[in-house]
Parts: sequence; C-alpha cells; structure tokens
Amino acid sequence: MEKGKLLIKDKEVVVPGEVLAQGMSYLPSQGTYRKGNDVIASKLGLARVEGNVVKIIPVSGRYLPKKGDVIIAKVTDINIAGWTVDTNSAYRAMLSMKDATSDFIRRGSDLTRYFDIDDYMVTKIFNVTSQNLVDLTMKGPGLKKLEGGRIMTVSPSKVPRIIGKQGSMVSMIKQATSCNIIVGQNGVVFVKGINPEDEILTVKTIKKIEEESHVAGLTDKIKEFLDKKSKKR
Amino acid sequence: MNKGKRDHVIHYLNNNIRYDGRKKEEYREISVETGVIRTAEGSARVKFGETEVIAGVKFEVGKPYPDSPDAGTMMVNAELIPMSSPDFESGPPGIVAIELARVVDRGIRESGAIDFKKLCIKHGELVWTIIVDIVPVNAFGNLFDVASLAVMSAIKNAKFPELDGEKIDYKKLTKNSIPMEEEPISVTVLKIGDHLIVDPIPDEEKVLDARLTVATLKDETIVAMQKGGELSLSTEDIKSMIEISIKKAKEIRKFLK
Amino acid sequence: MIKMAYKKRLDGRKFDELRPITAEVGVIPNAIGSAYFKIGKTGAYAAVYGPRDLYPRFLKNPKRGVLRCNYNMMPFSGAGDRVRPGTSRRSKEISLVTNQALLPVVNLDDFPNSVVDVFVELNETDAGSRCAGICAASMALADAGIEMKDLVGAISIGIVDGQVVLDLDYQEEAYKDGHVADVPMAYIPSMDKISLLQCDGRIKKDDLLKGLEMGKKAAKQLIEIQKKALKAKFEVPK
Repeated sequence: MEKGKLLIKDKEVVVPGEVLAQGMSYLPSQGTYRKGNDVIASKLGLARVEGNVVKIIPVSGRYLPKKGDVIIAKVTDINIAGWTVDTNSAYRAMLSMKDATSDFIRRGSDLTRYFDIDDYMVTKIFNVTSQNLVDLTMKGPGLKKLEGGRIMTVSPSKVPRIIGKQGSMVSMIKQATSCNIIVGQNGVVFVKGINPEDEILTVKTIKKIEEESHVAGLTDKIKEFLDKKSKKR
Repeated sequence: MNKGKRDHVIHYLNNNIRYDGRKKEEYREISVETGVIRTAEGSARVKFGETEVIAGVKFEVGKPYPDSPDAGTMMVNAELIPMSSPDFESGPPGIVAIELARVVDRGIRESGAIDFKKLCIKHGELVWTIIVDIVPVNAFGNLFDVASLAVMSAIKNAKFPELDGEKIDYKKLTKNSIPMEEEPISVTVLKIGDHLIVDPIPDEEKVLDARLTVATLKDETIVAMQKGGELSLSTEDIKSMIEISIKKAKEIRKFLK
Repeated sequence: MIKMAYKKRLDGRKFDELRPITAEVGVIPNAIGSAYFKIGKTGAYAAVYGPRDLYPRFLKNPKRGVLRCNYNMMPFSGAGDRVRPGTSRRSKEISLVTNQALLPVVNLDDFPNSVVDVFVELNETDAGSRCAGICAASMALADAGIEMKDLVGAISIGIVDGQVVLDLDYQEEAYKDGHVADVPMAYIPSMDKISLLQCDGRIKKDDLLKGLEMGKKAAKQLIEIQKKALKAKFEVPK
C-alpha cells in the first residue's frame, strides 16, 4: 500500500473540515471521517495519531449519558414512582424508589425525606436506551446524597484532565486544599472544604485546568499554581 | 430556592468572603467603552466581570404628549435575549426585563438628568424622542447596575442626527449632545441573611432575601429607588443599604465617560 | 445593451475583495459555544446552547437532534430607524435559511429528541447580515463541540450596474444609477456544495455563475479566518 501523508502534528488543535491525513493507510477514528482519500476532522479538538489511527480528543461539548458513568445530578421533580433528575445533559433521568434505597417505602410516603427538589447526589447511570432515556441507581460504593459544599460545572470533555492519570490531578488538589472533591463524568463537580478560602482555591484551580487542559506540562503548572497560592495564605 | 445553597452562601459571608472570593462590598472589574455601535446615535458597552451589556440610543421625532406640548420624551427598553443566558427565553419582554427597564428609566428620568424641554423642536407639534435599548451580551448577575451605567454612558455619548424638515437623516450626525443636567448612578445592594453585598453573581441573586437599588447624584441626593425580593427590610437595613449605595456610587462614577 | 458604468467600487475595493474582517471565538461565557464575526460595518454574535431538552414536545425528532437557528437584529443595529424588537417576517425567513445553510454540515445523530439552539444577534449592520450571522454561527457550533463535517462560509455576491461584485455593502445595495442584484450564498468546501442561495434583483445566468465562483473562493477565505479564530482560543497562555 502507498504510504499516506500526515498533515498535522500529534496534539495539534484542529477544526471541523480540516484534512488531517491523506492516503488509505490512515484510519479515521472518533471525531474524524473519511472522504475519498482524506481523513477529515469533524470536531474541534486535539488531534491524536496512534500508529496509523487518527482521532480527535474533543475540547468542548455537552455530556452524553453513558451506562456505567458516575455523575453528579440534581433533583428537579418528585413523582409517584420516584424522582426526576437533571443530569447536566440534554436528557433527564429517572431514579425509581427501588433503585434509590433498600428501605421499604410505603405508598404515599413523603419522598422528600430521601431526596428533595434541588438536592444534589452522586449517582450511577445503569441504563441508557436508544432514545437516551436514562435510569439511575444509588446502589454502589460512593453513591450518596451531597450535603453542604458547593457545586461547579466544567466542560465534560475536561473531566479526564481534572481527574488526571489514576486520579493524580484531583489528589494533588485535595492535598493542597484539604477539600473533599468529587468529579462527576457529566462535568458537575462537588467541592467541600473546612473553610471558604480552601474551596475558592479549589474552584480556581479546577477552572485553570479547564482553561489550559490542552497545554503541555499541565500537572507541573498546576502544582506550581497551588504552591504559590498556598504560600500566600 | 435551594436552601443548601443559601446556607452555603451565608457560610461564606459569615467568613467575610464571597462565593467568588471577593469582599462583601467589592465590585468585579469594570470597563466602559463608548461609541461601539456605528448604527446607533449613541452607544456603550459596559462590563462588570463576566456580565456584558450594550446600550444603544436611537432618536425619533414625533408629536408631543398633549399635557406637555413643549417637552421631548424618552423610552428605556430592555431585551433579555436568550443568547445572553440559558435562563432567558424568546418572546416579548417578561417581568424581569420590564422591571429592569423601568428601574433604569426611573433613575434617569426622576433625577432630571435630561432637560426634556430642550428636546422640543416645534411647540405642540414636533419633539425629539430618545429611545435607549439595553441588550445583554452575557448576563452574569447585577444587570441593574451594569445596565444603568451603560444607559447613562450611551446617552452621554449620543449626538443628535440632522433633521431634514420633519424627517431624521440618520446618516448625518450633528455635534450636539443630549443636554444633561445631572448624572445619576445606580447601586444595588443585596441582603442575604444578615449580610449586605454589592454586584452579585447569579449564585447570590438566586438566594437573596431582598435588594435595594438606589440612584444617587454627585451631591448624594437620592433620586430613585426600587426595593425587590420577597422579604421586607427594616429601617436600619435601609439606612445601611443607602449608605453603601452612596459610597459605591462614588467609585462607579469614575467610570462614567 | 448593458453599459459598464460601475468601474470602481464606491469604497475603493477590488471587485472580488472582501471588506475587512475580524473574528473571535468564546465571547459569551454563558453559552456552550459562541463567536463574534464582523465584516465591514456588519457585526454578528452567535451563541449555541445545547444539545438540550426540546420544548414544545411535538418538535422532537426521535432519530436525531434538531438544529434551531434564530436570527435577530438588536434594536439599534439598523442604519436608519430603530428596529422594533420582536420577530418580523424578515427575521423569521432569515432564521429559516440560516438553519438550512448550516444543517448539511451538522450531525446530531447522537442526540435524539434534543435541540441545539443557535442565537444569532446583529449588533450593527451595513448589508450582508445573514451571511455574517452564518459565519458566526459556524464558528459557535464548532466551539460548542458539535460534530460537523465542515465549517460554512457565507458571503453575498451580486451585480452593481452590470458589474459582478463580491460582498456588497449598503451603499452598493442602494446604488441608484443602475440595476443591483444581491445574491447571498453559503458554501461548504469539503462537499463542494452550496447551502444558501437567494437572489434579490436582476442578474444574467452567466454573471451568476461567475459570481458563484467568486463567492466560493471567498467562502474558503472566510473559513480560513474562522479556523484561525477557533485555534486562537487555544494559544498557550503566558
């Protein structure tokens, strides 16, 4: 087979419609498509070249519910069978009574005792239908109602950077600020510290990661940022 | 209203710090640019942090009101376009937009900032109408104060167009400005729990107990007020809020071009 | 017999020259994606919200997400009288053709039953506002992370007194000494397809075809400008 030609560098920012590679030897993966001889970007993001596979790591976009994801969601409505929950996506989710608790709930009891409107929870998506109807469960480690603390939202595409390799980034922030931080796959983040200053530093750090997620050497930069800010206080 | 969020905002304020790290009486970064819209006879773009508002002045001519045959008129209108916030919907102005426009209008009108008699072209027949439109580009809290400053800046920036008989020639602007007598500045103070703050972000606006918008002149005279929010205020509250308004108006006045 | 009276453009541009352009991405922090595009004295904002839940329900499409563009002029954006707020027949029609200009590149298959709202707002105008709006919307959609086959370049071509020209400004649209035709168009280079085509005024077929080629070339330039603005957002901060 004829050797193809790569038109971009690895980790370069590319835009929709941009030709990334020419030749049949290059294979289009996520965020790209083939047209004739060309592999073309269909999303704004960072191009990644792995062998002869070309893909794009998106840098923006809303969350699309996925089975197995642990997310932070907000109760918007209470109905006869359970709760309607906002997932920070185009799709609302259902949390039924039986998936919410192992308690026996008598018919007609006050469901706000478990979750009230505007309550936030760490929850897990256990089913997504082809129409994106989403079912949630509270049964699993770490799944719980969130009390106190503050909620912030980030671009869901930045969640892997905020968490870091094996949770390295988020642990670093936790250590520097002594905050409890939970990052939902849907881009909703829960931050709870002993005092407001710690929480504000955490929020600022997460925003910085979000803004500079594409920059090389991000971990060192964030470490430096945290060191400088912690010393100031 | 989210009780958890309210408690948390108050927890911050008890520690003398805001949700975004500011002090209670601290404004976000303010910027004012004038003459930003070439199709308007006067315009301004005002930013308080992430809140950005454009105000534009258009002139019209028409018959005066029968009860004031020698006075021009002014109309202030706000379009809370859905582009500027996920909370805004398409359609005719709702109560939020109407209150905003009326509060801004009152601050300017009741202060006597504009001498409407000087807007008379022909007694009983033809007068100028000043129309000021407020359009947020990004609405992120404190639209009252941002819009007030934008409208004042746009009015000060405006130049009358030339008049061709009874029709306006918008292509030709004169060197004449709108005759200004006073320069009112609006400051909104929020009450959350026992705390008073200025320049709120949406997280704070969502949990407010009450707010008071006070428009004052350079000599500290109060010219217009609007109390909002579901809870009532004590006389002590009102006194403190007015004092903060007067103090902060001095800072904001520096940005009025 | 057509006399060739329009030998030099009123603003001195070459016949195939665009007005000065500026483009910026991420100008509306509240939006998922946003952009500002200015060509000559015509400026357009675009903000994208979504994919999000769609109301009213009957508009939902169970196969894919719905693209919903809304074009609006700010009240002070007209060259003459104040533009009365609220939708007009004109703004509704432009919303429709804006939607159709962008639809061929947008893929919302992953988001059934949802809507992607695109709000286009003109803050000042001097002809060519729908095309400026489409360019802003193209950038805003990309910024919002929407899957797109390509960016879209939109520009008007036309005739001023017998001469084929690119990117008419207001004084050309209002030219009194000869016929004027205004042809707004949008072009998708990777597909080699035209997704917006309207004509207002008299034009001969051959002139139109000549104009379309001019417009296609210009659309590619516009897309390069959009591309640069999108990438500028990711320049390494100091």
